[in-house]
Amino acid sequence: MRARVFVTLKPSVFDPQGRTIADALHSLGYGAVEDVRQGKYFELDLATSEAGQARALAAEVADKVLANPVIESYRIEID
Amino acid sequence: MRFGIVVFPGSNCDEDAYHAVRDVFGLDAEYLWHKDADLKGALRTGAMARFSPIMSQVRAFAEQGGPVLGICNGFQILLEAGMLPGAMLRNRELKYRCEHVHLRVEHTDTPFTCAAAPGHILRIPIGHGEGNYFAAPDVLDRLEANRQVILRYTDPEGRLADAWNPNGSANAIASVCNESRNVVGMMPHPERACEPLLGGVDGRLIFESVVTAMAIR
Repeated sequence: MRARVFVTLKPSVFDPQGRTIADALHSLGYGAVEDVRQGKYFELDLATSEAGQARALAAEVADKVLANPVIESYRIEID
Repeated sequence: MRFGIVVFPGSNCDEDAYHAVRDVFGLDAEYLWHKDADLKGALRTGAMARFSPIMSQVRAFAEQGGPVLGICNGFQILLEAGMLPGAMLRNRELKYRCEHVHLRVEHTDTPFTCAAAPGHILRIPIGHGEGNYFAAPDVLDRLEANRQVILRYTDPEGRLADAWNPNGSANAIASVCNESRNVVGMMPHPERACEPLLGGVDGRLIFESVVTAMAIR
């Protein structure tokens, strides 16, 4: 199965990269883009065909390596 | 007394630290190779280095009360390894900052600041892109209450001012220690400030402190 892991800064953490992109978009006239938060995206190919197992494995890997729980949270999609 | 300088693939200033210990202070130092593949920078600075075999030894040494100093990359690794609280974000203005900063010594009861007086101002260089110290508000409160903030970015007179905070660090934090106070992380580079030729000698105080601390241990 494939797991997609989206890692983003927690809402309470300032994102200087997202802010810079938002400022650039505003200067290009995209005032309707109110805010931008930048994150990281991972695709994990997993040697399991059971969705629950895949999710648990992806979560373990995200907790341990892909995300830093001090500043980041993550969301997992399995397909 | 012997200094062990942990070398990771791609970590920098290990030779500067070796030079400072050996040639400036005339003390014994050796490199400690981390013994693993180069994965630095793959995800977050320090995120891969913490899995190197040597980190379990560094952790064991610290748990026995051994003094551990993480400078710059080293600070980032200690944070990722959970040996110090908090995390590093990209610098507030997204710029790599390489310049001298002023630091106020907040507490002197660590092995790396015991030769200083509280309030002592040090002028030491930084060189980093991810030195914007972050911790959740409750963690920051605990750090302050436990007197774990060891150095703060200030103006040349030791006053807090946002313009003198080079990276946007919370509470102007440049250095923290663990609860046992034997593990210290700092973003500025004392090893680059040990000789007049390099523009200043304020970094010596960090090395003099650990020499003093080990002598009375």
